[in-house]
Amino acid sequence: MTTPLLAIRNLHLKMSSFDGQAHVLNGINLTVNRGEIWGLVGESGCGKSLTGLSVSRLLTSPPANYPAGEILLEGEDVLKLKPAQMQRMRGNRIGMIFQDPTTNLNPAFRIGSQLVDVAMAAAEHDPSILECQPGAGSRERRKAARQLAGDMLERVGIPNARARLDDYPHQFSGGMRQRVLIAMALIGRPELLIADEPTTALDVSVQAQILQLIKASVQDFDMGVILITHNLGVVAQTCSHVAVMYAGNIVESGPVEAVIGRPAHPYTQALMASIPTRETKRGALQGLAGTVPNLIRPPPGCRFAPRCSYALPACTAELPAPRIVGPDHAAACIRAGEIGALAHA
Amino acid sequence: MPELMLEIDDVSKIYPGRRGLFGASAPVQALKNVSLSVRKGESFGLVGESGSGKTTLTRSILHLETPTSGTIRVNGQDLSKLSAAELRRLRARVQIVFQDPYASLNPRMSVHDIVTEPMVIHQETLGLSRRQRTDRAAEFLSLVGLGPQHLRRFPHEFSGGQRQRICIARALATGPELLLLDEPTSALDVSVQAQVLNLLIDLQDRLGLTYFFISHDLAVVRYLCDRVALINRGVLVEQGDSEQIFDRPESEYARMLVGAMPEVKAPASAGRQD
Repeated sequence: MTTPLLAIRNLHLKMSSFDGQAHVLNGINLTVNRGEIWGLVGESGCGKSLTGLSVSRLLTSPPANYPAGEILLEGEDVLKLKPAQMQRMRGNRIGMIFQDPTTNLNPAFRIGSQLVDVAMAAAEHDPSILECQPGAGSRERRKAARQLAGDMLERVGIPNARARLDDYPHQFSGGMRQRVLIAMALIGRPELLIADEPTTALDVSVQAQILQLIKASVQDFDMGVILITHNLGVVAQTCSHVAVMYAGNIVESGPVEAVIGRPAHPYTQALMASIPTRETKRGALQGLAGTVPNLIRPPPGCRFAPRCSYALPACTAELPAPRIVGPDHAAACIRAGEIGALAHA
Repeated sequence: MPELMLEIDDVSKIYPGRRGLFGASAPVQALKNVSLSVRKGESFGLVGESGSGKTTLTRSILHLETPTSGTIRVNGQDLSKLSAAELRRLRARVQIVFQDPYASLNPRMSVHDIVTEPMVIHQETLGLSRRQRTDRAAEFLSLVGLGPQHLRRFPHEFSGGQRQRICIARALATGPELLLLDEPTSALDVSVQAQVLNLLIDLQDRLGLTYFFISHDLAVVRYLCDRVALINRGVLVEQGDSEQIFDRPESEYARMLVGAMPEVKAPASAGRQD
């Protein structure tokens, strides 16, 4: 059996705050292979972004600390790396894209020089990306980096890419800026791309293009992707797999067709029922009452139990372990099989 | 012929270019000959992407922006012909709910002060005593699913969904007939969005409100609205019944938008295309 690209094993994360320690990730297990796009969905405050930030080690500790678990990138535990080693990993092996394309580019520098900087930094760890002769001078390497920057911009679909290297960020639209950031994330040829709400700030038509671009890049670069979003529609359109998070747990995971077609966890079902579709009659939309619990004093047992309409007394006894409900499809609910069958009878 | 709540007739808005230190900028045509009408008691959806002129049109309905040409009539009254006092009276009947409930509530005001403020401003029209205003605030809070016990609290004590309920209570305080809803759910989680949408439907059924709903979320518009208009670069591209626009879009732009809509349905073969 080959080593998976990314394996998160029993990851726990605690954050200290003035009110006490919040147990924000409570035993996450996730495996991402090359060629897979994993959607991470859930309401705000469920730990989606913290999972992404943990993989690229972008959380400062304190306040963050990892009492247990490991994050294996091709077998190497990211949590044990020294800051300098981690620095090398970011950009080269792990690329990241964030929500707001406006705040992630420096307005005072030209797009080209920002891309060249990233390429030069990435080339320090992996000189092959510039395709220069060994021992090439710095001027030559800069030239190659600029060439690469132009290629990347072209690849992410920016018209007239080479001429636009000399433009400033404000001369690009939101969708174009997000393309620049994707180019920037891909320039070091990462194996794993973490996209945290990459299309939330964009219009639907632009969103569709950006998602298409991410999908195409997975094939071109043979990467694995974690796509963090709160939009199940985006997941259905883009991802191969999905993990549904609730209050620091993955409550359901599996291939997209299985999870969206036959959701087995009550939380997944509730999330799907709250999205209006073509068939939803006016006034018939089902919301989900309540809010994500306080994670400093989380409810006992299943954290979703207080909001769950199927909850039994047994639900509060202990945290349910994932149960297999189909091929590669697991749901952490003691009534998973039963509820899945009920909903699709 | 149903009564019309809002008539927008051939409205254009041109923002003049600016001449500054770094040269002149060209004038911007934000709205170009936009005509639409909203019937009493219906939900009308206005859909467009960023920069399409949605906000300019909304601001024009509140008369916060004066159109360059064309007329806007609310309840048959031409906004441009009203005196300041008449306009103030009319505004009690047209209220707005904004997109971001975190930014549209003053953090230093209690919920009581937030919800009663419009009643103080429209004192002249409404003529309520201090006591009546408080009672009315409590009543509207109950209507939106909160309660009198929340009157003394401050915005930071509420979740996003609850804050949007407070915004809706504030908008209802003056007893409006027309409610402008500027992306009221796009800052909320889907679960909370569903609750707020159901609340809006419930309120409309109970109070007979007319909604002018601005959004770029087509799924939400399809769910809530009877009729829809699509706007692109200041031009009204298509308008008609929701069903017609979503099932049989006519213009190229409408087809593109409806096609780009991410639907939650299990794809036949998703992901790995080996």
